Amino acid sequence: MAEVKDPDVDGVQIDLISGERMAGLASMEKIRLILDGVREGNIVILESGLTPDEESRLIEVTMSEINPDGFTGIEIESYPRSQTADASFLDRLMGKQSTSKLTVIGPANQIETLHKDRNLISALVSHR
Amino acid sequence: MGLLTDLRDSISRVTASLFTEDAQPKRIGIYGPPNAGKTTLANRIARDWTGDAVGPESHIPHETRRARRKENVEIKRNGKSVSIDIVDTPGVATKVDYTEFLEHDMEKEEAVRRSREATEGVAEAMHWLREDVDGVIYVLDSADDPFTQVNTMLIGIIESRDLPVLIFANKIDLEESNVNRIQNAFPQHETVPLSALEGQNMDEVYGMIAEYFG
Repeated sequence: MAEVKDPDVDGVQIDLISGERMAGLASMEKIRLILDGVREGNIVILESGLTPDEESRLIEVTMSEINPDGFTGIEIESYPRSQTADASFLDRLMGKQSTSKLTVIGPANQIETLHKDRNLISALVSHR
Repeated sequence: MGLLTDLRDSISRVTASLFTEDAQPKRIGIYGPPNAGKTTLANRIARDWTGDAVGPESHIPHETRRARRKENVEIKRNGKSVSIDIVDTPGVATKVDYTEFLEHDMEKEEAVRRSREATEGVAEAMHWLREDVDGVIYVLDSADDPFTQVNTMLIGIIESRDLPVLIFANKIDLEESNVNRIQNAFPQHETVPLSALEGQNMDEVYGMIAEYFG
């Protein structure tokens, strides 16, 4: 996605990734897609989020890529899972996990959460 | 075929856990964001029941950068007894910036080293959560806003793994402490107020540990 960025334009690129596109990817492909975008300074918005297991691995991979001279990690925001939207007991028994929640991810040094509660996420995005 | 395989695997996991859990002490991971008081709590529990500490405490974030296990801590309360291994884990974060350590009077070299160790520690904590704990004590600083993404994600990960979890609202000795805010953020879980530093409400803490993990 980075190839569409025009170096002469001063701005922040936002990638909105549909649930359909993410559904066709393996977990590590999703994490790579997210981190590659974020490391280029983009804000990545996922229509349908990640499973808890994928979130856990995203944290782990992010930690392995942090380095003192550049990447300091990610800022990620999504709404808390509502109880009614949770997977059923049978789904969880079968290893299926609910993912339907909008998720915003950006470079830690460019995005700052101003407010968050159950229904609202307010964030400030800045240039590098 | 995939459905049947999934179902068979799931049933195997459930029956395996039913018949093996009592054989060994349960590993209870102490999780939470940096500076919530996890090591202070781990030390309080370990000292109260074994006489030893688990690790050093500090006001500097990411003081704990390796998971530490204290084995065979036997807690007795109200006629119930539970033997647990306490796993004190590094605070979980999605970002680590070495420049934040410079504010704590560290030289750059030490700050960079600490930052690198902190990132390894967070990854290690996540690995323990996915593979090696049987229950979770989730520690929050009750003077801080609980609606953070790290808390949301970690509670979600714990729930997805069907691990028993107790939320400990720590630091109730602070004037700004607000336990209700934590109860409202995670109403689906039991919240226990305490001060691990001052030893406040530890009777209820041990009672809940014996009840939940016994």
